Amino acid sequence: MILNASGCLDALTAPEVVAGLDAFVTKTVTPLPRDGNPPVRIAETDVGMLNTIGLANPGIEAFVSDHLPLLAELPVPLWVSVGGFAAQEYARSCALLDDRAEVSVIELNVSCPNVAAPYESAWEIVSAAREATSKPLYAKLSPAVPDIAEVARAAAAAGADGLSLVNTIRGLALDERTLAPRLSTGAGGLSGPALRPIALAAVYACAGAVELPIVGMGGVACGRDALELLAVGASAIGLGTVLFTDPGAPARIRDELAAEARARGVDNPAKLCGIALGERGLAGEKPVENTVSAQTGNVAISTENRS
Amino acid sequence: MRRQLVRVAGAEGIGPYRLLRVERGGLEAGVPGQFFMLEAPGRLLPRPMSLCLETRTELGFLIDPVGPGTRALAAVEPGASLRILGPLGNGFQLDVPRPVLVGGGIGIAPFPFTAAALGDVPALLGFRSAWHAEAAALLPGAEVVIDPVLVTEPLAELGDLDGRGVLACGPEPMLRAVASLAPRAQLAWEAPMACGYGACFGCVVEIDGRLKRLCVEGPVLTPDRVLPAARAAA
Repeated sequence: MILNASGCLDALTAPEVVAGLDAFVTKTVTPLPRDGNPPVRIAETDVGMLNTIGLANPGIEAFVSDHLPLLAELPVPLWVSVGGFAAQEYARSCALLDDRAEVSVIELNVSCPNVAAPYESAWEIVSAAREATSKPLYAKLSPAVPDIAEVARAAAAAGADGLSLVNTIRGLALDERTLAPRLSTGAGGLSGPALRPIALAAVYACAGAVELPIVGMGGVACGRDALELLAVGASAIGLGTVLFTDPGAPARIRDELAAEARARGVDNPAKLCGIALGERGLAGEKPVENTVSAQTGNVAISTENRS
Repeated sequence: MRRQLVRVAGAEGIGPYRLLRVERGGLEAGVPGQFFMLEAPGRLLPRPMSLCLETRTELGFLIDPVGPGTRALAAVEPGASLRILGPLGNGFQLDVPRPVLVGGGIGIAPFPFTAAALGDVPALLGFRSAWHAEAAALLPGAEVVIDPVLVTEPLAELGDLDGRGVLACGPEPMLRAVASLAPRAQLAWEAPMACGYGACFGCVVEIDGRLKRLCVEGPVLTPDRVLPAARAAA
């Protein structure tokens, strides 16, 4: 299953790109409208891209009244990314989305690197959201923590139905002539190739810690990258920065992923989900079956080869 | 929306710039002032470039090698392949009375293609040195000034610009100065871009008093949309 990473695609300006996905994830919606951070908002580095968009969005009320009816027309299931600055803000937005049939899944962005972090923990935010909605809830976590598996366990205990791993990690770039920060806010979120090993480690740690479906994302640019995230336990793949380079990436990566699996004698890439969680990968382990439905976020996990 | 893989047909130096010519493949030329996202070999992100020249078989892009991406593009050799997405954004409105083209430095880039679409139109070009001004060869007949003379000086000498369609491309201070002389000018604005098609929200500038994506709203904008003082005057 291939999704976009939140904030990396606008369904209304590029609906043909959305049609190549299995589900569309909105840009994060906050309680109040936000213009986002001033320019300059993006900077390329030698190892990735920095952004400081700053959660530009119309606010939950305008989103529900003006954007949802348009997004409901998309040919794929809709995941809404919800953000806030306090647990009760997340809960209120979830409550407003709870009876909207066009919303398949709510992703809780508890990890934006470009705005002030919520005071509460992931556990408190997921708990508050859980009380407000019966929709499937995915918690999007930051890898910039000492022990992401512990955060994943807390999200699971609070009632999360899945995890989105990972958000960007804070980085900084300087202008080569002036030596001033290139982004208006100084630091920004680092995405692209440099994030990929970090995402792999995070998914690997969380897949071994909780029995939740995981959307793996971070620097995926080709089928091999997607395959590796599946191997460490992701059951779906999120595409971010690669969409900026290549709007045809969803179909390309889907084809490349299938070819990578076939080259290893496997007819369906989903069968390789979690294969790296065993000690010997394909050499000795039966793969874990762990699939996620784009429409419902429901998960079916077989843990027969996990201890 | 798909990138096209095209072959580089030629690359020639013109002053400090490099004219990169690619075989058209399936690419449409679009409207003058629209832009294309050009893969910059070895770099993560593509770079936005307006179309400089169009022939039946080729598209040409003028590259100013000022950073890692444009330096990579300027180093591309004939025979190489490049992935290109476009045309993108909103270009110049060409149905204007007595058009005049005003370009500063690399801002000459869209005007050879624009002049081909408009026919015989006057063009005013400003450059920082005689070396940079070699690019004026791309626009035969243009009036050229070199720093410290500014391109707004020959523009002001044209007299009343109210009834003229002024199309401008160049550095932001030049665009602001053009707008003060010609409040209804069409300005080809610039911002760093990652995607070029509205996905990244990286290229915002203040448009209509709000931060909006230049790739969606522009890059060609009128002063009342992008300059607060012009908006107040309007």
